[in-house]
Amino acid sequence: MTETQLTLSRRQALKGASAFALTLVAAGFLAPGAHADAAAVDAAIKKLVKGTPEEGKIKMDLPQIAENGNTVPVAFEVESPMSKDDYVKTVHLFAEGNPSPEVASFYFTPQSGMARASTRMRMAGTQNVVVVAEMSNGKVYMAKQQVKVTIGGCGG
Amino acid sequence: MANIKPRVRIPRKAKAGEVVEIKSLIEHKMETGQRKGKDGKKIPRKIINRFECKFEGDLVFASDWHPAISANPYLAFHMRAEKTGEFEFKWIEDGGAEYVKKAKMTVS
Amino acid sequence: MGNTSSKLILAGCLALTACFAGKAFAADKNWGQYQVEDRRSGYTFAAPETRAMQDDNFQNPGMLWAEIGEELWEKTEGEAGKACASCHNGPETMKGVAVSYPKYVAEKKNLENLEQRINRCRTENMKAKPWKYESKELLGMTVFVRNQSLGMPINVKVDGDYAPFFEKGKAFYEQRRGQLDLACKHCHEDFEGGQLRANILSQGQGNGFPVYRLKWSGVGSLHRRFRGCNKQVRSKPYGYGSDEYLALELYVMWRGRGLPVETPAVRN
Ligand code: HEC
Ligand code: HEC
Repeated sequence: MTETQLTLSRRQALKGASAFALTLVAAGFLAPGAHADAAAVDAAIKKLVKGTPEEGKIKMDLPQIAENGNTVPVAFEVESPMSKDDYVKTVHLFAEGNPSPEVASFYFTPQSGMARASTRMRMAGTQNVVVVAEMSNGKVYMAKQQVKVTIGGCGG
Repeated sequence: MANIKPRVRIPRKAKAGEVVEIKSLIEHKMETGQRKGKDGKKIPRKIINRFECKFEGDLVFASDWHPAISANPYLAFHMRAEKTGEFEFKWIEDGGAEYVKKAKMTVS
Repeated sequence: MGNTSSKLILAGCLALTACFAGKAFAADKNWGQYQVEDRRSGYTFAAPETRAMQDDNFQNPGMLWAEIGEELWEKTEGEAGKACASCHNGPETMKGVAVSYPKYVAEKKNLENLEQRINRCRTENMKAKPWKYESKELLGMTVFVRNQSLGMPINVKVDGDYAPFFEKGKAFYEQRRGQLDLACKHCHEDFEGGQLRANILSQGQGNGFPVYRLKWSGVGSLHRRFRGCNKQVRSKPYGYGSDEYLALELYVMWRGRGLPVETPAVRN
């Protein structure tokens, strides 16, 4: 192979790497320079929730590495008897590295039987996902997990 | 978006006190409002922003969604079967359009 | 340029990009129906969450397209006043049909894939307009018809009338193209299992198509995938349903002989 071919391929590869970021911008997910961070998530939590979050009670189910940030499966379960006077009222889902931190809120009732839900979310890149649970007695719990996101660059 | 068909899976029969899983899926682009079209203009945001589940007319579960929910949104949650009745599932889109699906469950 | 040099190009591309290492795939894992001899479905290269999405018939978003097809199956359209169901009865009559496509059609002296066969029924038997390639309708019906053969082994003919098309498809598969000067074969045979940026290179099998791709957030046809793979080596893509892609489709399906129909598969 000649040197020129190698250079070409190298340039192509580098072009591909920045195309990776561009794809995210095009997908509407990485407004250049603008994304939430831990502080933005804290602010969002304060806006939605009264009280200081404690650790515990929440189990998160997320992949450690997500193949594609378009569609990352996410599930959580909050420990609770889900009885008339002791149940999980609301669960908020946040993403620290997205353009805005809010992902979804889930409103449970004692009739839910179980404070568990699963859905799929978009992730602009590797980041922490935060789950905050508000209980009927006013207590607040929080859990966090990092997800590494790999997104197709060369892939057509 | 006309002609959007939601899907729901729920057991037809359950025992009283049993906690059953309900799965739902709806075809929707969940347009974030940040994406640019071929003409370079931003495509306006259009997402499903709320999901509601009613049982015999009472709201028993709901969820608010932001643009970070993936296209073709999937949601699974639970419900304690207490009596026979009808569920109504509703997806509400930006602009107010609603997509509704109903399902009966017999409890013994 | 020889084979080694293209390997260097690709190796360069691989080395220059930051990837997550250590996502190894156990070649000796028992993949059940998803592996036949050394032929492995794209399923076996997918991340566990992606496989889980495909495994659960309900969670699989591709099934939304199957439902579009299911509805259209009953819908009367065209001057003949017929629906698919008027002639074919229930969709179960389509069981086993998908495995042998693309098929040779003597009147056309050419191959025809399932999309085109469906459209021929629309124009000739229903006197209706053909659906556009890649439209929701044609994708929906193709997914629906192929899904009736779920799990059945791919079994295309390659001899007799098929032979020249097979040879043409094979030649396309092995032909270097684009600025990167790479053939399908380089990525999907020589570098199978390797990592190209965030993608694990699979064998490039066609048994799951039309697939729901996370990247597309929707369903797309095999020819859309061919176009994507042509474009990523900076080479000009051919048209949907073009003779080139029909021959390529035959060869790609033959490469995956015995693999199960997975439509609608879920891929990254
Ligand atoms: C007026 C009757 C008629 C209608 C309506 C019709 N078809 Fe057909 N279709 C046929 C006939 C006849 C054949 C050829 C049967 C054969 O080769 O054994 C056929 C063949 C097919 C085949 C190929 C079967 C194989 O074994 O390879 C497919 C797929 C198909 N039709 C799909 C459809 C779909 C989808 C629709 C609706 C959009 C439709 N057809 C509407 C009459 C009809
Ligand atoms: C530069 C490397 C490269 C070349 C060359 C290439 N592809 Fe691909 N192809 C990919 C990548 C990356 C993917 C996505 C990951 C995977 O399934 O391998 C892919 C996926 C596919 C898939 C989907 C597999 C599945 O299970 O969903 C098919 C089919 C395919 N390629 C066919 C082809 C054909 C035919 C050619 C030649 C025209 C070709 N590819 C050339 C890189 C390549």
